[in-house]
Amino acid sequence: MELNAVTIGFFIFSVFTLGGGIGVVTTRNLFQGTIWLMVSLFGVAGYFVLLSAPFLAAVQILVYIGAIAILITFAVMLTRSVTRIRERYIRTVPSFVASLALFLVLLFGVTVPIFGEQNPEAIPAFVMTTRDLGVALVDADGYVAPFLLASILLTAAMIGAIFIARDEES
Amino acid sequence: MVPLWMYLAVAAALFCIGVFGVLSRRNAVAILMSVELMLNAVNINLVAFWRYSETGTDLLLNGYAFTAFVLIVAAAEAAVGLAIIITVYRNRRSVIPEEAVTLKG
Repeated sequence: MELNAVTIGFFIFSVFTLGGGIGVVTTRNLFQGTIWLMVSLFGVAGYFVLLSAPFLAAVQILVYIGAIAILITFAVMLTRSVTRIRERYIRTVPSFVASLALFLVLLFGVTVPIFGEQNPEAIPAFVMTTRDLGVALVDADGYVAPFLLASILLTAAMIGAIFIARDEES
Repeated sequence: MVPLWMYLAVAAALFCIGVFGVLSRRNAVAILMSVELMLNAVNINLVAFWRYSETGTDLLLNGYAFTAFVLIVAAAEAAVGLAIIITVYRNRRSVIPEEAVTLKG
């Protein structure tokens, strides 16, 4: 693996993604945790650029960093007055052992070629544009049914969230 | 180019960080943030397999479109989950999941 712009970018985004993730699960201040979450999500958006999916990278930044992280920030601030949580963790040691064991199993699975030899040079040299995705989303042979279901799901989630979080007295 | 297994290894590490957060954090908002990390790890896997796969043209967009749907489901999950957390906080003055035991048998 030679050292070029793609590999350097991969390692930079790896640091962003994993460092942000570790920051999310270890920070004591949840507001800083949302900042770490944004760093991690930005690293994932960088991966999408490296994997030639620029539309997904833009959606990742708009939806995750722009909407979900801001929503979580609001939730942190609305539940902020409860600072009587002394300890960050419960079940620390079993959780750590379980996640470490899971990581080792997954690492074994992705590095050892159980499912046939990996050929990393065989990357298809196709160019897919956002227009292809847009056509496929409304194509009857494509993803029109999941697309409509996703629209209904978003509407239901929005109405449900408003209904659940509404104040009873007002 | 970066080999496929490196993307998968980073995604596995991110997923396990999220698993640790979900299992061990006390604050419900922190648990929800860890769930978002796990969803992002899955998204990395989907896009990486899509990029490195050599399938026919009819399956050319499967991983890409599935990632978009995971994003949609994640947005819905965050909205409803945070609404539930805020309601529980308003009723119980607590964001610790172990203290919401009304439905416990």
